Amino acid sequence: MKKLLLATAATALCASFASAEDVKLGILFGFTGPIESLTGHMKNAAEAAIAEVNASGKSKFAFSDVTGDTTCTGADVAVTAAEKMVTADGVKGIIGGDCSGVTGAILQKVARPNGIVMISPSATSPALSTAEDDGLFFRTAPSDAREGEVAAQILQEHGVKTIALTYSNSDYGKGLAEAISSSFEKLGGKVSINIPHDDAKSDFSAEVASLAAAGGDILVVAGYVDQGGKGIIQASLDTGAFSKFELPGGMVSDSLTKNFGKSIDGSYGQVASSDSPGAAILLDIGKKNTPAFDASSPYASESYDAAALIMLAMNATGSSDPKVYKEKIMEIANGPADGSGTKILPGELGKALDLIAAGKAIDYDGASGVTLIGAGESAGRYKEFDIKDGAFETIKFR
Amino acid sequence: MNFLNALVALLNFVVIPAASYGAQLAVGALGVTLIFGILRFSNFAWGDTMAFGTMVVILFTWLFQSMGISIAPLPTALLALPFGILITAAFLLGTDRVVYQFYRRQKAKPIILVVVSAGVMFIMNGLVRMIIGTEEQNFADGGRFLISAGDFKAWTGLAEGLAIKGTTAVTLVTALLTMAALFWFLQKTRTGKSMRAFSDNEDLALLSGINPDRVVQVTWVIAAALAVIAGTLYGLDKSFRPFVYFSLLLPIFASAVVGGLGSPMGAVAGGFVVAFSEIVVTYAWKKVLTYLVPESWAPDSLMQLLSTDYKFAVSFSILIIVLLFMPNGLFNKGK
Repeated sequence: MKKLLLATAATALCASFASAEDVKLGILFGFTGPIESLTGHMKNAAEAAIAEVNASGKSKFAFSDVTGDTTCTGADVAVTAAEKMVTADGVKGIIGGDCSGVTGAILQKVARPNGIVMISPSATSPALSTAEDDGLFFRTAPSDAREGEVAAQILQEHGVKTIALTYSNSDYGKGLAEAISSSFEKLGGKVSINIPHDDAKSDFSAEVASLAAAGGDILVVAGYVDQGGKGIIQASLDTGAFSKFELPGGMVSDSLTKNFGKSIDGSYGQVASSDSPGAAILLDIGKKNTPAFDASSPYASESYDAAALIMLAMNATGSSDPKVYKEKIMEIANGPADGSGTKILPGELGKALDLIAAGKAIDYDGASGVTLIGAGESAGRYKEFDIKDGAFETIKFR
Repeated sequence: MNFLNALVALLNFVVIPAASYGAQLAVGALGVTLIFGILRFSNFAWGDTMAFGTMVVILFTWLFQSMGISIAPLPTALLALPFGILITAAFLLGTDRVVYQFYRRQKAKPIILVVVSAGVMFIMNGLVRMIIGTEEQNFADGGRFLISAGDFKAWTGLAEGLAIKGTTAVTLVTALLTMAALFWFLQKTRTGKSMRAFSDNEDLALLSGINPDRVVQVTWVIAAALAVIAGTLYGLDKSFRPFVYFSLLLPIFASAVVGGLGSPMGAVAGGFVVAFSEIVVTYAWKKVLTYLVPESWAPDSLMQLLSTDYKFAVSFSILIIVLLFMPNGLFNKGK
């Protein structure tokens, strides 16, 4: 009897909280597939943001989430999962997708027809910047086009005139290679050769032979460090074709320095990374959160920010209708043009909701230093590094 | 001087890599051709047999390394090779007993055996991934270079460097010894002769008292040795990843078919034909030509026949051309 009373009381208590409108958000990542090791952290980070908003008790909405699997590579599977989220679960916004290919498919086949806002934390293809999106698509990850510009600048500052370029034969590699070569040529540089390499192979003698024949001051390897990119560097070092490399984000990992040590000293590159104070705060939140997550894992902080942006925009407009709150996302992320918005860091979502309720402007910075540019994509901060004595050395952020 | 530079560039980027890749393919193709000649089917599980054997070698290499046993400057993997062959041979004999024997007794058509071998392929595939995982493994130790590009430049004063990796030398020497031993075995020993007889005419061989079960067993043991050697050499020279070994199936079959399935000599030649054409056709000749021709003739373009994306297409094209014009392969007379 006592238990029953307790249960009734608890239900009543819950019911009083639920007086706020219930809103479901979709979390749509590739929980199986090539980036399955990242998506767990990404999901936990997004859910941490949702829990934080709910716990603050200041939200006009009670948020909950449903998850779906994109597999990262299978557009059909991803679209079906998104379709189910929107039609069966009735989500009002999607945090996702993850990989560029499936994200584009979901945007065109589900988000636009149904008028649902999507914020992707990890799709980086330049093609998404120009995709038709009816103002529904945003990303807290920068476009690879931006990385191309940064890479070109770094190359030029190192006095490089000619580069040889090889890329992983994937959407990521191809997009990045195009971005680097076009930006570098715009700065007056010359690309001697631009060829793909296959990640499913170990023998790169033909590729390296061609790269060496074309020549260049440095070899740009727009690939994956644990796959073909490593083979290309190994074969280049072995044949003496190149000894210095420009390394974009996909090549940056401890396994690189572990494999090659001092033999690639003098190489340099850039990786998307934020020096914003929010990153450290989220790292702490992640450790204390249940389930714990690693906020330094790629795109985890972007996922937290994506979820936060949707929820803050809904509260700012007082509406969970995507057509209404989509207009507010840019403003929340960037604050007023005069910079008078209060900076919001992770763990301050409650404070943000207070400010919004009081009608004051906020400038959401979050864990990844969010600033949205263009059609609603992150401006992106990149860490420039050198490889010295077989270790990464941070030069500066740009 | 320019001529020398051109020669060195060609050696460094075309001849040496193609020779070592070719030797690895040749040893692999020998196994395929042996199984085809004697057991009379194309073994689709071949790539994964190589992966399995290499995996065993890697595990033994780690064991030896942890025990501090080494044969520097040679890679430890060479020491582990016999153990890899032993276990792989036992594994293949077991597979034969459990799977292939049944179909052989049924006198199943070769195409059925091919499909059966595809089934075996998936099982081996899963087994290797379960034991060692899908990630890349590097197990090469010992001396890295015989000659490094930098040293060569310093010695000779040439603008072009020539690098010979330790693993390249190991590959070439081991492959040569393996081939010599195999040919000696097939030509000179009683068992080898009975195998060839069995391959030429099964009924006649049975009539003259050759024990077919023994021939089959010996074939599997030799095939295991070839698979493990080919796989280990490839892994030492490049790196080991189960998926890569699976996709080696295409160039290895191309090599065996080019030489004529069933012909050991042809398999060796086929391996080198495939390896050299893959690299020569996709090589950018600009550098070599620039050294050779007068300055004013130096080419602006890369002088590349085909982009490197078409590497696999080269294997396929050779396959088709050979099958169209010399269906028996380059080295198979008659039949």
